[in-house]
Amino acid sequence: MLNFELLAPELTLAATAIVVILLDFVFKRKWWLAAVSIIGLAVSAGFTVSMWGGGSVALFNNMLAVDSFALFFKLLFLVIAALVILASAGYVAKFRRFQGEYYALVLLSALGMMLMAATSELISIYLALELTSISLYVLVGFLKDSKSTEAALKYLLLGAVASAVLLFGMALVFGFTGQTQLGEIAGAIQGMSLAGVLSSPGLIAGMVLMVAGFGFKVAAVPFHMWVPDVYEGAPTPITAYLSVASKAAGFAVLLRVFYSAFGLPTWLSLDWGMLFAILAAVGMTLGNVVALPQTNIKRMLGYSSIAQAGYLMVGLATVGFASAGDVAGRSGLLFFLASYALTNLGAFIAIIAISSKLDSDLISDYAGMAKRAPLLALALTLCLISLIGMPPAAGFMAKFYIFSGAVQNGLLWLVIIAVINSVISAYYYLRVVKVMWMDKPASRAKVPSPAALRVALAVSCLGVLVLGIVPGFVMKLAEMAAQMFAF
Amino acid sequence: MDFNYLSTIIFLPAVGAVLIAFVPGLSGRLIKWLSAIFTLVPLGLSIYLFAIFDRASGAIQFEEKLSWIPAINAHYHLGVDGISLPLVILMALLGFLVVLISWKIDLRPREYFAWLLLLETSILGVFCSLDLLLFFLFWEIEVIPMYFLISIWGTGRKEYSATKYVIYTLFGSAFMLAGILSLYFATGSLSMVEIAQGGLAMVQSVIPAAGVFWLLFIGFAVKLPVFPLHTWLPDAHTDAPTAVSVVLAGALLKMGGYGMIRICVSIFPDVAREFALILIILAVVNVLYGAAVTMRQTDLKRMIAYSSVSHMGYVLLGIFALSQVSLVGATMQMFSHGIITGLLFAMAGLVMHNSKERDLRKLGGLARQMPVIAVVFSVAGLASLGLPTTSGFAAEFLVFVGSFTSTAVVGIKLWTLLGVLGIVITAGYILWMLQRVFYGPPQDKFNKVKDADILERVYMFVFVAVIMGVGIYPAILTDVIQAGVMPVMRLLGG
Repeated sequence: MLNFELLAPELTLAATAIVVILLDFVFKRKWWLAAVSIIGLAVSAGFTVSMWGGGSVALFNNMLAVDSFALFFKLLFLVIAALVILASAGYVAKFRRFQGEYYALVLLSALGMMLMAATSELISIYLALELTSISLYVLVGFLKDSKSTEAALKYLLLGAVASAVLLFGMALVFGFTGQTQLGEIAGAIQGMSLAGVLSSPGLIAGMVLMVAGFGFKVAAVPFHMWVPDVYEGAPTPITAYLSVASKAAGFAVLLRVFYSAFGLPTWLSLDWGMLFAILAAVGMTLGNVVALPQTNIKRMLGYSSIAQAGYLMVGLATVGFASAGDVAGRSGLLFFLASYALTNLGAFIAIIAISSKLDSDLISDYAGMAKRAPLLALALTLCLISLIGMPPAAGFMAKFYIFSGAVQNGLLWLVIIAVINSVISAYYYLRVVKVMWMDKPASRAKVPSPAALRVALAVSCLGVLVLGIVPGFVMKLAEMAAQMFAF
Repeated sequence: MDFNYLSTIIFLPAVGAVLIAFVPGLSGRLIKWLSAIFTLVPLGLSIYLFAIFDRASGAIQFEEKLSWIPAINAHYHLGVDGISLPLVILMALLGFLVVLISWKIDLRPREYFAWLLLLETSILGVFCSLDLLLFFLFWEIEVIPMYFLISIWGTGRKEYSATKYVIYTLFGSAFMLAGILSLYFATGSLSMVEIAQGGLAMVQSVIPAAGVFWLLFIGFAVKLPVFPLHTWLPDAHTDAPTAVSVVLAGALLKMGGYGMIRICVSIFPDVAREFALILIILAVVNVLYGAAVTMRQTDLKRMIAYSSVSHMGYVLLGIFALSQVSLVGATMQMFSHGIITGLLFAMAGLVMHNSKERDLRKLGGLARQMPVIAVVFSVAGLASLGLPTTSGFAAEFLVFVGSFTSTAVVGIKLWTLLGVLGIVITAGYILWMLQRVFYGPPQDKFNKVKDADILERVYMFVFVAVIMGVGIYPAILTDVIQAGVMPVMRLLGG
C-alpha cells in the first residue's frame, strides 16, 4: 500500500527539475526558469505545510518517515533553495551556458536533502546523500575557471572518500546488528549486553566511521579540510547553499540516526554524546581561531561555518546526554539550524551583490561599503551580528536556546567554551563591519543589485530579526518537530 | 495602569532611531530636532513616573508582563522599583542632554543620532527589565551602538578602543550568559522577581550557587568596572566622542552596579554575605588604585575616566557592605556620579573642542577666555570630590556611614576608613586639574578661544541644577531609593 500523496513534496520537486531542463530548450529568457523553479518550490512547500500535524507515517517498508521532524527540515530546505535561486538571479549571467541545468541541479540537490531528512534506513540515507552530493559537485564547478574547477575536484575526491568511510561504517553497523532500518537497529542494540558490545567493538567502530562520513557533510573538525577551498572557489550562491543546506541536511541525518538508532541504552548515548562534545569544543575553537587571520570573506565565512558546526554539535552532545523525553537538545538544534540558515544566507546574499560589483572577495575591498550601498552594508552587518550571537538577531536566541539545553544536561563546561568562542568570533566578524563602515571607500560608485536578490535579502534579514525578537512560533515548531519522530 | 509607560519610554528613542535612519532626505538640522523630541518625551514621561511613584510601597510598579517565548518561559516583563527608577531618570535625562551636547556633530549625523537613540533604548531597557533574558538582550544590544559611536566619531586610536570595549563586554557577558542559563536551569524561571523570592535553597539544591554568583558577577564587574577588569574604560573614554563619554560614564557603568544589586545581591544574599569581605577589599582597591592612577594622567579625558574607576569603587563598597544605608548610598552614588561625571566629560569636551588641546601640561590660564566653563567645571569638580550641598556629598556620605556601621563583615570599619582616604586623593587630583586647566598665567595661543554658547549654557544649567538640587534636598531621591532597598534588605534577612 503506497500513499503517494505523502510523497507529494518530493514528487513535485523532481517534476519541477525535469520541467526546468526541458523548458531550457524553449525559453530564451532564462529568468523564466528561475520563476518556474520558484513556483515548483512554492507548490512543494504548500504540500509540506498541509501535511504538518498529520502524525508520523512510515513508507516503503519503513524506509521513509513522514513525521514532523522530516517536514520541518523539508520546509527549511525549500526555503533555502528558493532564496538561493532568487539570489542567483544576477549571478547566473556569469555562466554562458547551462543556466537551466543550474536551476535543475539546485532543485535536485534540494530533493536529495529532503529525502535525507526523511530516510530512516541506512541504504536510503546513503542514496539520498549521494543524490545531494553529486548535484553539488557539479554546481561547485559551474564557474569553470581554475579555482572553481579545483574546488569541484577537491570536493568530489574528498566527498567520495567520505562516502566510502560512511558506507564502511554502515556496513559495520549492519554486520553487527543485522539490520538497516533505524528502529530495528535500535531494537537489536537494546537486546545486547554491555559485555557483548565490548567484546566486539564493531558497533562502536561503525558509529565512529559514520560520524566521520557525516562530519564531512556538516564541515565538522577534523573533517573540514575541504571547506575553505571549496567555499572560495564555488560560485557564491552555491557556497551559500553548501554552507547552510548541506550542513542542515547532515545534521538532520546525524540527529535521526543517533537519536533513533543509538539513543538507547544510556551508556551508548553518553559515549557518543561525549564524542560530539569533544568535536564541538575542538571545532568551534579551531574554526574561530583560524578565521581570525583570513583576508578573503568567503574563506572567512568558511571557517566561521566550521565554528558554527561546532555550536551545532553542542546540540548533538546535549541529545546524547539528555534523558529520554527531554526535547531541549533536539529542538535547540533545529531552531539553531533555522536561524543559522537565514543568517548565513543573508550574509552570502549581501556578499553576492557586493562582490559581483567589486569582482573581488577580499575583505579590504569592502572598504566604505556603507557609503556605496548602505542597505546592503546594513543587512550584512545584521547577519554578522547574528553570527556572533548578539541580539536582536536570530543568532542570539539560537545560542541561548541551544546552550540552555546543554546546561540543563550538565554540559556547563562546554557552554563556557562555546560562549568564550563567541567572544573570539566577534573579533573577525566585527572586522568586516569596521571595514564597511569606517574605512574610506575606494570609489564612489554605487553597487547595483537585481530586484530578485534584494527580495531574497529582505526575506532573510526579516527572518533573522523575527527569529531574534519573537522566536516563540518557530521555537514551538522546532519543539513539535523534535517530539515527533516516526522512529 | 492602562498606559504602558515603560514600553513607551524605552522604545520611543528606538522609533526615533528608525525614523532618522530610514526616512530619506532629512537635513542635519531636522535630524537633531527629531532626536531632541524623541528623547525629551521619554524624559518627561520618566519624570511623571517619578512624581506618581508610590514611595510608601516597596513593590515593583508600572509593571508590564506579556508572554514572550513560551518555549523557554520567557516573558516581556518590565517594571521599576526604587532602585531602578532613579537610573531610568538618569538615563532619560542624559539621553536628552547628550543630544544637545552633540548639536555640533556634522559628520554623518544621520547615523550618529540613530545610534545614539538606539543606545538610549538599550540602556533604559536594561534598567526596566525584570526578565533575565530580556535583561540580557538589552545588555547585549547596547554594545553595537557603542562600537559604531566610538569607532566612527571618536578620536585617536578609536578603532582599537572600540574593539577593546566590545571584546571586554562580550567576555563579561559570556560569563553572564552562562550564569543566567544556570539560574534558568536551576529554577526553570527567567523572572528575577520569582527567582529572588524563591530563595537560594532552590538554586543550591542543583548547582553550587557560589559558582553562578561569580559567573554573573564577572559580567557586571567588567561593566562597573572592577579592578582588574577596568582597562577597557580609560581607552574607551579617551577616544569616544564627548556625548558618548557622557553616556558611558553617566549611565552605562551603572548597568554593572544595578545588575549587582538586582541579581547578585537579591538572588544570592547568602553568597553575597559570604564573599562580602573579598568584594569590599576589591572596592577599596578600586577606590585607591583608581585615584592614584588618576593623579598621574596628563590627558584631560583619560584623567576623568580613571576618576570614574575610583568613584565606582564607592558603589561596590556600598553594595557589598550590605546594610540598608549603604545600599541607598550606592544607588545614590550611581545617580550622582552619573550626573557629575556626565558634566565633567561635557566640560572636558568643551575645553578640548574650543581650545583644540587636551594635554594637561599644555593647558593653562583658560579661566580668562572661558569664565563660564571654568565656573561650571569647578562646580562639577567640587561635586565630584564630595563638597556638601552637592549630590556627591550626599551619596558618598551615605555610603561611608552605611558601610562604617554595617555588621555584614568583620573589620569593615577599617576598610571603610581606607576608602575614605580616596576622597583626599580625589580632592588632590580634582583641584590640581582645575588649576592646571584654568589658572596660572594666561597663554597667548588661547587668545581666540571662545566660551560656552547659549545652547551649551542651557545644558550646563540643567546639570548644575540637578547636582545642587539633589545635594540640598537629597530626600527627593532617597525616599524613592529607600522604597526599593527595603525588599532587598528583607531578602538579606536584615
